[in-house]
Amino acid sequence: MKTVNLISQLLIPFFILLAVAYGFAKKVRVYDCFVPGAKDAVSVVIKIFPYLLAIFIAVKSFQASGAMDFAQGVFLGLFTALDVPIEVIAMAIIKPLSGSASLGVFTDIVKTTGPESMASLISAVIMGSAETTFYVLAVYLGAVGIKRTRYLVSVCVLSDIIGIIIAIAVVKFLFSLR
Amino acid sequence: MNTIWFLLIAISVIFSVINNRLESFTKSLFDGAKSAVEVSLFLLGIVALWLGITRIIEESGLIHRLSNLFRPVVSRLFRNIPQDHPAITSITLNFLANVFGLGNAATPLGIKAMQDLQSLNREAETVTFEMMLLIVINTASIQLVPFTVIGILSDFGSKTPAVVVSPTILATVLSAVFAVATLFVFRKIFR
Repeated sequence: MKTVNLISQLLIPFFILLAVAYGFAKKVRVYDCFVPGAKDAVSVVIKIFPYLLAIFIAVKSFQASGAMDFAQGVFLGLFTALDVPIEVIAMAIIKPLSGSASLGVFTDIVKTTGPESMASLISAVIMGSAETTFYVLAVYLGAVGIKRTRYLVSVCVLSDIIGIIIAIAVVKFLFSLR
Repeated sequence: MNTIWFLLIAISVIFSVINNRLESFTKSLFDGAKSAVEVSLFLLGIVALWLGITRIIEESGLIHRLSNLFRPVVSRLFRNIPQDHPAITSITLNFLANVFGLGNAATPLGIKAMQDLQSLNREAETVTFEMMLLIVINTASIQLVPFTVIGILSDFGSKTPAVVVSPTILATVLSAVFAVATLFVFRKIFR
């Protein structure tokens, strides 16, 4: 783990140095090159903004309306029957929707059930192994103005569901061995 | 996306009527708008940084050398990218940033990869298979060590927060493999 930490800390500084030094050696005017490149970001982010806005208001209102709580209730029976801690339901629903909200839910689970509980362990693995799918979709597709997404969204939603099942199964299996 | 967005909004309105939460519904709209602005401003900063840096490696020709270097790895999955195309490098850098948990680099480099893939796209508004593959792998989020998660666990008194590392790697690899396999199956079906 220490090695991975070290590599992650080194990676960006090393890459920036490589980019700048190679450019400089090739007589590229690195500063004059960086500036117009960075300027492009303005138009990219302006393109992304309306997509982000659409996703964020939908997700926030979904949480605020109480529909979230209802969805949790729906899965309650299933999770209890499979002997999965019920706290995990909130995690499983919120993770694909919102990054900051899922961090909040995760912190709350660790705080209330303790850092070594089954609920915390499963949530930790979901946090680390899933991504805020709808944010990624909005940003990546918005950046290049794609409108027809073919079967992409179905694949992502399906993969999210399976991903969460895999996370639960892996933790239950690995920690039941101890 | 149209269906999902419609469902999220419609369900939210219906539930806020049933639960008598109309006020918090309206407030949440403004909250959402506010976070969209905040996130966009944050994105503007990091995307500008990375687009500036990648412009230098394009100008110096380094990007083509790197693309040739990374080609054997990436071209197994991404078959329709020409030999020393910049997309190979941006995709590889995006994956590296993901694996090492460098979120602030992964998203901008992913955006760059989308732009590079868009330059190969014949129908500007339709997603290509390569783009779908990039997005699916990104949403599966392959990450070696979840530093944020470990940080929170140890903040709340876990003595062995690193126990989550191996299950996380196992889960993330399995779900990524499944996600990519699903995408290939869907391509067969919807050809």
